[in-house]
Amino acid sequence: MDGERPAKPVAIVGAGPIGLATALDLARFGVPCVLLEEDLQVSEGSRAIVLTRRSLEILQQLGVDQPFIEKGLPWSQGRSFYQGKEIYKMLMPYDADDRYLPGLNIQQQYIEEYLLGYCERHPLIDIRWGQRVIAIDQDDAAVTLGVDTPDGEYELTVDWIVAADGGRSTVRKLLRLRMEGRSYPGRFVIADIKAKIDLPTERLCFFDPAWNPGNNVLVHRQPDDMWRIDFRLPDGETEQQALEPALLRQRINAVLSMIEQEVEWQLDWATVYSANTLTLGEFVHGRVLLTGDAAHLLPIFGVRGINTGLQDSNNLAWKLAFVVNGWAERSLLDSYSQERVQAAREICAEGGKRTRFMTPPSPGTRLLRDAVLSFSLSEDFLKDLMHWRTSRPHDYRDSALNAFAEADRAFDGGVACGQPLRNVKLAAHDHLFDTIGSKAGFHLMLFVGDEGLTPDLQQILAATENLAYPIHRLLLAPDQARTYSKYAASPGTVYLIRPDLHVCARWHRANPREVVQALRRATGFAEGGCLS
Amino acid sequence: MIEKKMSTIEIEQLYDLIAEGIDKAGPDKTGLFLAKLSLALANLLGDSKAVADAVLAAGRDL
Repeated sequence: MDGERPAKPVAIVGAGPIGLATALDLARFGVPCVLLEEDLQVSEGSRAIVLTRRSLEILQQLGVDQPFIEKGLPWSQGRSFYQGKEIYKMLMPYDADDRYLPGLNIQQQYIEEYLLGYCERHPLIDIRWGQRVIAIDQDDAAVTLGVDTPDGEYELTVDWIVAADGGRSTVRKLLRLRMEGRSYPGRFVIADIKAKIDLPTERLCFFDPAWNPGNNVLVHRQPDDMWRIDFRLPDGETEQQALEPALLRQRINAVLSMIEQEVEWQLDWATVYSANTLTLGEFVHGRVLLTGDAAHLLPIFGVRGINTGLQDSNNLAWKLAFVVNGWAERSLLDSYSQERVQAAREICAEGGKRTRFMTPPSPGTRLLRDAVLSFSLSEDFLKDLMHWRTSRPHDYRDSALNAFAEADRAFDGGVACGQPLRNVKLAAHDHLFDTIGSKAGFHLMLFVGDEGLTPDLQQILAATENLAYPIHRLLLAPDQARTYSKYAASPGTVYLIRPDLHVCARWHRANPREVVQALRRATGFAEGGCLS
Repeated sequence: MIEKKMSTIEIEQLYDLIAEGIDKAGPDKTGLFLAKLSLALANLLGDSKAVADAVLAAGRDL
C-alpha cells in the first residue's frame, strides 16, 4: 500500500483521553500528528470519573490542568461500612508540598471536552472524525492505515501509529494481539444519577448491605450534582435483567435510602461491567505503539484505567518525539514497552488482589473476604486488607534508561533512579513542578553551594549547552532548604530527570563525562552494557 | 485485640493461599479443611493462651 502522505509522522488512532493527551504531549516537542476518531464526536463508551494527582501533574506538564482544577471535586479520604458500622477510614497520603490532592472527581465527558479544546486549537494536531481503521500494513520504512470514512475509503501512510482506541481496540484486533491475564466473573452495574445530595466528596463503600446481601456498593460524588453508584449484581443475573428500569430504580432507591438521602433523582446513564486484569506482553509492534486500554484492561477498583493510560501516554510521547526528531535511537521505544508492560503487570497483580476482595470470584475468596469483614467489627489486624490502593506513578527502578546505579545507591533518601520526581512547595502559589513540569525536555537539577558554581558544575553546564534536544538546567541555591532536604542533596549534587519527570541518574558529585553518558543512555544509546 | 504480626503483603499472599485451599476442598469439605488448618496452626503457634484468645475473637460477630 502507498497512501496519502500527510507530512505528519504520527497517526494516533482514538480521540479518547489517552489519544488526545498523547497528541498534546507530542506537540510539546514539535511533533505533528493526525488524530483519527471513529465516532463523529467525543466518545460515549467509557466513563472514568477520578483523576489521580499524577494525572493532574501530567496535565500540568501539558499546560492544560486549569479547567480540570476549576471543574473537578478534589478529595482525599474514603470510608467503608459493614453492618451499619464504619469499619475502615482511609486518609490518602499527601504531602504538604503537593499541588494537588490525591483524587479529583470529574466526568470523562469534561476530560475529553477540555483536552479536545486544546487539541483543536493546536496547529500541529489534525483531528479527523468518522474515521474507521480497517487495515494496517507495515514494513521497515513506514506504516499504512486503510481508513473508511463517510466519504469513502482512503489510505494514510505515516512513520508511526499510536493505538489509543480503547478496550475494544480495532488496531489490537487487526494485529491479532492477545492479552495475558485473567477475567473475573463478578458483574457490576455502574450508574450515574443526577440528584441533589448534600454529602462531602469522598469514596463511600458499603459491604453486604441488607438490600444486596454478600455484595458491595460504591458511591462517588461528581461535579454538577452527578453521583456515581456502583454495585455488584447477584450471581447469575444477566445484563438485561440488571438494566431493566423498574429493578434498577428500586436498587438505586435502596442505595439512596442506605446513605439516608431519599431524594428525587434522574438516571443519566447505566451500564454493566466486569473486571479484567489483562495486558499485552509487548506494547511496541513494529511501527505500531499501543497505549492505554488498547494495551491493557485493568479493574475499576483503584481508578486504574485512565490514570494508567495517562502514564503510558506520558512515557511514550517524549520517547516517540525524540525518535521522530532524530534525537534518540529507535531502541528508546523498547524502553516504553519494557517500563509500561512491567507497570501493567504490577497493576494487574495488585488490581487482582483488590478485585478478589471486592468481588470474590470463588467460594474460597468469598469466605476469606467475609472473615475479614467479620473480624473488622472487633479486631484491627486485618484492616489493611481494606486499603484500596489507588493508582500511583510507577517506579521505573529496573529501567534500562537508568545509569550509574552505585552513585544512586550512595544517597540516603531523596528520589532514587526510576522514581517520579517529587514536588516541592517553594512559595504560596509556586511549586517546583510549575517551572520544571511545563518545559518539555530533560532536566538537570544542580545543587549549588554558598561558594557558587564549582568548576565541575560549570563544566556540566558547558557540556549540556548545545545538545540537539532540549535540556533545562535548574540551579538550586542552599536557601532552597526544602528542595535540598527532599532530594537528600548537598552542594555539588546533580539530578538528571527524564522528560516524563522520572529520575534517571543522580550523583553526590557529578562530572561532565558521566552526565553526558547518562544522557546518551536515557536516549537509547546504551553502549557497552550497564553504566553502573 | 489480636496483635498484627505479619506484613500486609504476607497476609495477602496467605489470604489467596487459604482461599485456594478452600476451593480445592470443595463446599462439602470446607468446614473440615478449616478445622484441620486451625488445629495445625494452633500446634505450630505452641501458645495455648494465644489460641484461646483467637478462638474467642473468631467467635464474635458471626
